[in-house]
Amino acid sequence: MSAPTDVALHGHDGHGHEDHHDEDTPHASFKGYMTGFVLAVILTAIPFAVVMTGGFAKPGMTALLVLGFAAVQIVVHMIYFLHMNTKSQGGWNMLALIFTIVLVVIALSGSIWVMYHLNHNMMPASAHDMSNLP
Amino acid sequence: MSDTTLAITDTQGSPGKLSFHVTGEHHPQNGTLLGFWIYLMSDCLIFACLFACYGVLGRNYAGGPSGKDLFELPIVALNTSLLLLSSITYGFAMLEMQRQRQRATQAWLALTGLLGAGFLFFELQEFAHLIHIGAGPGRSAFLSSFFTLVGTHGLHVTFGIVWLIVLMIQVGQRGLVPENRRRLMCLSMFWHFLDVVWVGVFSFVYLMGVLP
Repeated sequence: MSAPTDVALHGHDGHGHEDHHDEDTPHASFKGYMTGFVLAVILTAIPFAVVMTGGFAKPGMTALLVLGFAAVQIVVHMIYFLHMNTKSQGGWNMLALIFTIVLVVIALSGSIWVMYHLNHNMMPASAHDMSNLP
Repeated sequence: MSDTTLAITDTQGSPGKLSFHVTGEHHPQNGTLLGFWIYLMSDCLIFACLFACYGVLGRNYAGGPSGKDLFELPIVALNTSLLLLSSITYGFAMLEMQRQRQRATQAWLALTGLLGAGFLFFELQEFAHLIHIGAGPGRSAFLSSFFTLVGTHGLHVTFGIVWLIVLMIQVGQRGLVPENRRRLMCLSMFWHFLDVVWVGVFSFVYLMGVLP
């Protein structure tokens, strides 16, 4: 239905369509990718180095450090590689991401919390297994 | 209907009225990237469920080997660097695409595919080794959830490479036309998303798995 109108527009000024199309594409830059890459390398190397050299005296501390670096690196990937910002696609990208993060947090923390207590209540004899739970 | 619009323009002779009518119809242009992003978010939920599964079952060894016995961190570090490098080479392909340089785009895409294939090679080698020493997915709940989570990620990488090859053929045949640019942008999101998931895998599964 609108196809003939499009043709008519291209007859008037052919550039209008192309300019509009480029506005939608995320504008990546060499600097952005390199910043993301260097940050990702650093954020990967530190937890690997810590774990491969034996980690801290308390394993819980090491686990916390690994998870913390992973969270920061995911944010770095989102910003520099996936070009996330609050303005792309009129904010709907960010809204979908926030909704997904809420669901992921509920699924992960809920499962681990519930199953930990299930094990705790159902198998009181094996205290050894309990200490091994994540 | 479009005939009527054209007729009005002809009689009134004001192109402003026509252009106002047309701008309103261009909104579906950005629909693909948003739709693909929402697909990725649903994929993210699949991985969240698999991570939760591993989080619950990851220490149930059933008297079998644990992560500390099985995981070889140097191999994991190598795989991580391969995937991270493939992410940045895909980024360079996107930069060349923005400059409409087809040959350079294809070269970076090919390098990305090779790095992804290298990642898959070492992962399959690890899987084959584990199954060979009797630590297959049937050994314990820990290994079942491990193979499911890491295997699903590997499957995604496999299909990403298939998609990459298809797009390279399409770009070779038709050039960097808007359709192919849009497809390359979707694959870019897919590929970077797989790297994000791998950050979770190497942290949560491998690095935390070798801790006592």
